[in-house]
Amino acid sequence: MTVGIVVFPGSNCDRDLRWALEGCLGLPTRFLWHGDQDLTGIEAVVLPGGFSYGDYLRCGAIARFAPILQEVRRFAERGGPVLGICNGFQVLTEMGLLPGALTRNRDLHFLCQPSKLLVGSTACHWMRGYTVGERIELPIAHGEGRFQLEDDELDRLEQAGQVVLRYAANPNGSVGDVAGLTNAAGNVLGLMPHPERACDAVIGGIDGRRLLAAALG
Amino acid sequence: MLDPAGEATRAAAERLGVEGVQRLRIGKAIELELEASDLSEAQARLELLADRLLANPVIENWSLEIKEGATGAVA
Repeated sequence: MTVGIVVFPGSNCDRDLRWALEGCLGLPTRFLWHGDQDLTGIEAVVLPGGFSYGDYLRCGAIARFAPILQEVRRFAERGGPVLGICNGFQVLTEMGLLPGALTRNRDLHFLCQPSKLLVGSTACHWMRGYTVGERIELPIAHGEGRFQLEDDELDRLEQAGQVVLRYAANPNGSVGDVAGLTNAAGNVLGLMPHPERACDAVIGGIDGRRLLAAALG
Repeated sequence: MLDPAGEATRAAAERLGVEGVQRLRIGKAIELELEASDLSEAQARLELLADRLLANPVIENWSLEIKEGATGAVA
């Protein structure tokens, strides 16, 4: 029962995730180097924030071809829980495991601030600890978090309960205020806010704890 | 598609005093050299590259310009 944390060259939230999962929640973790291909014993996979491969070309575009992600794709397609945070969300869209794309923030600024969020749906492995309509607060820290998707596709996702988190006050111009999105099966979640930075009351609140705690069990 | 970098640059063009810039979009140009046995083979490989790696069709449009060189094709 171990949570795998993928580490790309340029990831910078991998150790934060280990601190949150192990230090705050007591869940065992293992780092999965981007060149590895072994998910033996892994019950859930998290793709961390950061700047994988320097964000060259587009955020997540190079990471998509990492050997470990070919295994993560198979893992996700078998129903294994996969979470992508910030750069991890960008990687999941580039892989096609989640629809849409993430682009430069509307006002071009890198945003690093607390963000109030609305839980839009709990039809997702990772959101079981929350209730629909609940307001939570998680930090955001991104320059390219403006979610883009065609309107009719967004309507379809909303009706299917795949828009799990919305910004209460849209900071980046995302369509439909989308902050977090799950796939049709509900095992893959991508979100721009950082739950691993909200697992201890002393430094930023605890609204992220339930999300990460859903990794195992 | 909203292009905030293009819009910011267009606003700067006004501040520079250049009038009449109605629309300014920023994209990217990628130059690469490719060896292929013929043009259609080159075209096929470049289309695959553009569609699957160089551009993200969800947010980007792309077009190809192929220049044939003496020793190969330069796109």
